[in-house]
Amino acid sequence: MNFIDEFRDKNTILAFNELIKKELKAPINIMEICGGHTHSIMKYALPSILPKGINFVHGPGCPVCVMPRKRIDMAIKLAAMPNTIFCTLGDLLRVPGSKFSLLELRAKGCDVRALYSPLEVLKIAEQNQDKNIIFFAIGFETTTPMTALLLEKVINLGLENVFFHINHITVPAPIHAIMNDENVKIDAFLGPSHVSVITGWGIYEDIARLYKTPIAVSGFEPVDIMQSVLNIVRQKNEGKFEVFNQYQRAVSKEGNLKAQELVKCYFDECDFEFRGLGEIKKSGLRLKDEFARYNAELKFDCEVESKNESKACICGQILRGVAKPYDCKVFGKACTPKTPIGSCMVSGEGACAAYYKYSKVNE
Amino acid sequence: MCLSIPSKILEIDEFNNALVETLGVKRKVSLDLVPEACEIGDFVLIHVGVAMEKIDKDFAKESIKTYQEIVSKMQNGEISADEGDLGLNEFHR
Repeated sequence: MNFIDEFRDKNTILAFNELIKKELKAPINIMEICGGHTHSIMKYALPSILPKGINFVHGPGCPVCVMPRKRIDMAIKLAAMPNTIFCTLGDLLRVPGSKFSLLELRAKGCDVRALYSPLEVLKIAEQNQDKNIIFFAIGFETTTPMTALLLEKVINLGLENVFFHINHITVPAPIHAIMNDENVKIDAFLGPSHVSVITGWGIYEDIARLYKTPIAVSGFEPVDIMQSVLNIVRQKNEGKFEVFNQYQRAVSKEGNLKAQELVKCYFDECDFEFRGLGEIKKSGLRLKDEFARYNAELKFDCEVESKNESKACICGQILRGVAKPYDCKVFGKACTPKTPIGSCMVSGEGACAAYYKYSKVNE
Repeated sequence: MCLSIPSKILEIDEFNNALVETLGVKRKVSLDLVPEACEIGDFVLIHVGVAMEKIDKDFAKESIKTYQEIVSKMQNGEISADEGDLGLNEFHR
């Protein structure tokens, strides 16, 4: 038993599908908040087996996708400074800035590194004590504790050449922003898996009550998603709007208190601008004032003039759940993973990348 | 970035780092954020090189057992969808 295969079992997926087909009484728009769910839904072709009444709407839960161009330009400005090693995670390197991407900057000779783990910064800083190491921190609640852990280790080790540019964001605030948009029609949510491991499922109770939307906190595997969809169907049938913790094997109501404490120790809430959603109150995190000496935004000049996003790209609408990748005129044509115009195609977690990878558009 | 799958702990060193195996791939991760003590043989969820939680094997096995029962009952035509919650509506932990 490896706790993976059992949750990908074809017969279990089909059994759940039978139950969903029999019990579904009216169409349901389910927003999957997390990009990881978008990928599983597309990878296992769940929309092709589920009844037509189940409509998945892709949410804003991809940290690279929601990063506004201004922050990318800041990253490029920092990375271009002399005597600097710029480190970040994931697909951020490929996101186009106003002029070029971090990857193109690296091709010009700047030291830009994509890390597997934030903790790699420690070794880089120790081996390059004559250089400034800038860690451009991105991600939702799942990743913030790892940045906090890195900062704690930097302080404990007395490293003086590590600076943080913080772009951490939270899930509930953009969900409220989306639900307050009258163009959005969401009946239920698939709650994130790993964000919930850290935060606990309790953080969604207000959202479920306020908008009368069932929320199923779901694992990433296809069986998890099918069980969560069935629960949503049953809640809708019974007029309930509760939080269902399908991912009991990893998620508790309170979450990972150790991780939460670490985040509270180093970060305060702040407003943050989301691509496609605009500025959202208390949706981001910033370093507390007492750690200002580690704050790259205070230490270095981060002022940038940013161009507007491409008019052809509808990433903003996709992130709000009012359009799907197929609705975009450049999807799969001018905009592909090799030539991305918008961030939803750049990031491995983006809805456009998932549609492109798992649908027939690229064949 | 987010798609982590359960990884089995093979070794733990004195710095609270573990050697884990994920679908045949071995790598080192930090155990600093896992709230409870870990042992060799435990399964953990990894995110960006840091373990964030132990998989509760009992809950996982319970789910799998329920799934197997549903599949076999459905294949034998013993249940239809109208027969109550089939043990699937266990809400909270």
